[in-house]
Amino acid sequence: MNNAYYGKLIFELSKEGRCGYSLPENECADYKMQALPANLMRAEAPALPEVDELTVVRHYTNMSNNNFGVDTGFYPLGSCTMKYNPKINEDMAAHPAFTGLHPLQPMGTVDGALEVYYNLQMSLAELAGMSEFTLNPFAGAHGELTGLMIIRSYHMSRGDEKRVKIIVPDSAHGTNPASAAVCGLQVVVVKSRPDGTVDVEDLKPLLDDTIAGMMMTNPNTLGIFEHNIAEIAKLVHEAGGLMYYDGANLNPMLGKVRPGDIGFDVMHINLHKTFSTPHGGGGPGSGPVGVRKGLEQFLPNPRVVKDDMDHFFIEDGEQSLGYISGFLGNFAVMMRAYTYILTLGYNNIKNVGPLATLNANYIKESLKDCYELPIGGVCKHEFVFDGLKDKSTGVTTLDVAKRLLDYGFHSPTIYFPLLFHEALMIEPTENESKETLDGFIEVMKTIAREAKEDPEMVKSAPHNTPVRRLDDTQAALHPIVTYRELQAEAL
Amino acid sequence: MAYKFFPHTDEDIRSMLNTCGAKSIDDLYSDVPSELVFKEDYDLPEAMSEIEIRQYFDYLGEQNTKLTCFMGAGCYDHYSPSVVNDIVRRSEFLTSYTPYQAEISQGTLQYIFEYQSMMAELTGMEVSNASMYDGCTATAEAMMMAVANAKKRNKVLISETVNPIVIRVVETYAKFHGVVVEKIAAEGGVTSRADFEAKIANDDVAGVIVATPNFYGILEDYTGWADLCHEHKALLIMNCVASALGVIKTPAEWGADVAVGDGQSLGIPMNFGGPYVGFLCTSKKLIRKMPGRIVGATKDADGKRTFVLTLQAREQHIRREKATSNICSNESLMALYVTIYMSLMGKKGLREVNELGYSGAHYLAEKLVKSGKFELAFPDKPFLNEFAVKTTQDIDMLQTIGALEGFNVGLKIADDTMLICVTEQRTKDEIDDLADLLIDPLPEEAENEETIEETV
Amino acid sequence: MSKIIDGLYYSESHEYVRVDGEFGYIGITDYAQHELGNVVYVDMPEVDDEVAAGEEFGAVESVKAASDLMSPVSGTVVEVNEALEDEPGLINKDAFENWIIKVELSDKGELDDLMDAEAYKAMIGE
Repeated sequence: MNNAYYGKLIFELSKEGRCGYSLPENECADYKMQALPANLMRAEAPALPEVDELTVVRHYTNMSNNNFGVDTGFYPLGSCTMKYNPKINEDMAAHPAFTGLHPLQPMGTVDGALEVYYNLQMSLAELAGMSEFTLNPFAGAHGELTGLMIIRSYHMSRGDEKRVKIIVPDSAHGTNPASAAVCGLQVVVVKSRPDGTVDVEDLKPLLDDTIAGMMMTNPNTLGIFEHNIAEIAKLVHEAGGLMYYDGANLNPMLGKVRPGDIGFDVMHINLHKTFSTPHGGGGPGSGPVGVRKGLEQFLPNPRVVKDDMDHFFIEDGEQSLGYISGFLGNFAVMMRAYTYILTLGYNNIKNVGPLATLNANYIKESLKDCYELPIGGVCKHEFVFDGLKDKSTGVTTLDVAKRLLDYGFHSPTIYFPLLFHEALMIEPTENESKETLDGFIEVMKTIAREAKEDPEMVKSAPHNTPVRRLDDTQAALHPIVTYRELQAEAL
Repeated sequence: MAYKFFPHTDEDIRSMLNTCGAKSIDDLYSDVPSELVFKEDYDLPEAMSEIEIRQYFDYLGEQNTKLTCFMGAGCYDHYSPSVVNDIVRRSEFLTSYTPYQAEISQGTLQYIFEYQSMMAELTGMEVSNASMYDGCTATAEAMMMAVANAKKRNKVLISETVNPIVIRVVETYAKFHGVVVEKIAAEGGVTSRADFEAKIANDDVAGVIVATPNFYGILEDYTGWADLCHEHKALLIMNCVASALGVIKTPAEWGADVAVGDGQSLGIPMNFGGPYVGFLCTSKKLIRKMPGRIVGATKDADGKRTFVLTLQAREQHIRREKATSNICSNESLMALYVTIYMSLMGKKGLREVNELGYSGAHYLAEKLVKSGKFELAFPDKPFLNEFAVKTTQDIDMLQTIGALEGFNVGLKIADDTMLICVTEQRTKDEIDDLADLLIDPLPEEAENEETIEETV
Repeated sequence: MSKIIDGLYYSESHEYVRVDGEFGYIGITDYAQHELGNVVYVDMPEVDDEVAAGEEFGAVESVKAASDLMSPVSGTVVEVNEALEDEPGLINKDAFENWIIKVELSDKGELDDLMDAEAYKAMIGE
């Protein structure tokens, strides 16, 4: 990453008469678009930039230098699993025998693509201990929504219409309650105990015949394994509800625990976390949803199935919850995830969870003298500090996060989970070497020292990034969200 | 344990375990009850080298058939310039997270701001969000936005001329979200004005969803629709084909409140259905009701013009069950495809792309009709580059023979009707070959019969 | 230390009511605005909307947080503070001066369920 900021917008490079494309001659030019009725056409061409090709290339290349990716440096962003995105994944996703396929092409011309879909779906089922997966959901949140739709469809198929509540722990990602609301479910919050796990005694009175199910992340957002999971699943099942596994934290479970073996009925996986597909600055992701045996018929349409002759088909099921995507989901993301699984093989996948867990515990133990560790004991792939141990100089978690940027590290996730005021959530992933972790630990200790000796310098960090802290209050008070508005404001 | 993605040497592991006060990595899982631990090996293949992986995907790729594409119906075979595919692979863009740390994410924030600006120009609307999953879910989100905006109404009207693939996703969301979806009838390939007027008159409708161009490729005349919607306090939502917006009347010009659709037609490969990018644009007045992320301009501590995620208090990570939507992603990387594509094509390029499609489609349509074997399903209705034709021939047979000849001939949308699309990528030769094939699929019947039976 | 004014009624969710005859002015307390930080938006109901005691009638947003507004009393909204639309930060300047909605009270008895200044002060531990 460059420290020099490249701050131009493509619109500011535009000059009338320039052009960045070439197209073939119109061989059917006798048929002129001007024949269309004028009242159906736009009055003016859109005010898009007019730029030559090299200007476009330099513009976006310079812009990319303002960015920080996993390829740039260590990215210990808790709950996001910023692991290495192997290059072979990208090559396979760009394979020309797949990228040019139209999603509605006739059956028999897309067998290779369907085989990728089917094999990935079965690989995920094996890794998660589930019966079948749909790969149609576009992201984790979309997977959650789909999973909750499956749970509701299951209850409705039994004529059980009154199950409209879903239990969510107070430590859950905000997406859980938001997905429940979109799915028409009421959220009931269950409290955590001081050790960060679900309070079984608080759960018991919530379980009645209006409960559709319970959503859990395991390990939870504090990185702690919910060791009472068997009892919780038993209680929820006895009350007639289903257990939903939020796969956001699946990474440390690889090689150790399969959600389907520990009482979960429905789950999603974030391919962009556990299965190494790139985050792309916020998307595209992919959120496959798996179900245990007996729930397959509720999966969304369309489904990819294989017959006895090893032929692949796209099929619509009658009991399905319906369609949640136009076609078969983010196929090019699946190509990457399938490549990753094949690259690792069964013999390496099993080491993913253990090494991610080792890395997290190593950082935790190395820093707990300088940072407040609210919950001791072993963690899984991530853990949470509650800010600096010595808070006397008023240096906050935000300040620590910003100061880390000066040292060339991405910041951890901050102010989540909401259980602590100064949460600082660290997830290193299995790909990072001891040297990288040691470097991070050293810097975190340095920042703790700086917080004591020169707090103002930490509070005004970052100092060494392309831009300094931004005025987000002004941005929210007077939103300027297009170039047109920007010109009017002369910002 | 040595493996290319795991840098841990045995010595590293020993020393790290020592720091953790553990004897083995298993000790770090001591909190997991042993009966819950998976003790077998996964039933998966052994690790493959890159060479083996390439061979395997080449083999799988051979199971696909690359077809010359005359199919649209929501996914379009437009050309994406080399620059697009080169830049989107830059790992600074590819391997970064959502730009929460604005100081080291200006690249992502800048291009999203450009994307928002371009989508606003294209739709004519005042604001755009930072993008959504795809056109179907963006339309479903707009449906929920209309219901939230109306507060006490839970009915939405959707025209039967909207792509059925979009309608069925909207219906799924509606079913679970407690929204009643009523169809507005189609008549002669366009939405029935009389049916719309009758249904909106009940004053219980939160939003009305129509399409431009519609599923049949037709440019409908929506004069007066927005006024009628607003008179009855409903939002007008317009689902659009992004590329066509370069020339056709914009949602803003029709008076729509929300413009949605898929941005795939702006430089994103067909990719067997995804990833694409959904767009959702609206008025400034409704900005806080809009789902998804938004990037805004501001200044940094030194007074530099910079960009930042804004209006986040509407979103799921803060509002939880009261958020405007559960969406956490935006399809940033796909928005980058669109942004670079539009930078290159600019004002004129988009027009040219549409002209080429228009000319090719009208040339093909005329040729098919002249043959006597086809007629336009909706004669006299204006279309851009996609049109529906009726035929007495067996359309399944046409598709099968087409595939054998290397053509994706179009989509069967009824027993006697097919939908055909022509983009700038189709040459006159290809169009002529397709026309010949469709008009006379079995020139030497005897010879071909065997082959067909085999395929079927 | 937060400002607390005698003579107002306070709710556990940090709203206050200033009673003026049949009307009540509802806003958030100084303590609440301080906890929230810079207010960037106030989501308000419309005139003639009904509000009910203990139920949500809007929200205040800061950059990184949002807080639902719970009505301490029941009644009909007769006025909303339009100044907050352009300048929501007024709440940070003086939360008691800058009320959010004015309500025609439907049941003055509900006021008895609210805290006085002394009790509210004790609740926030100041």
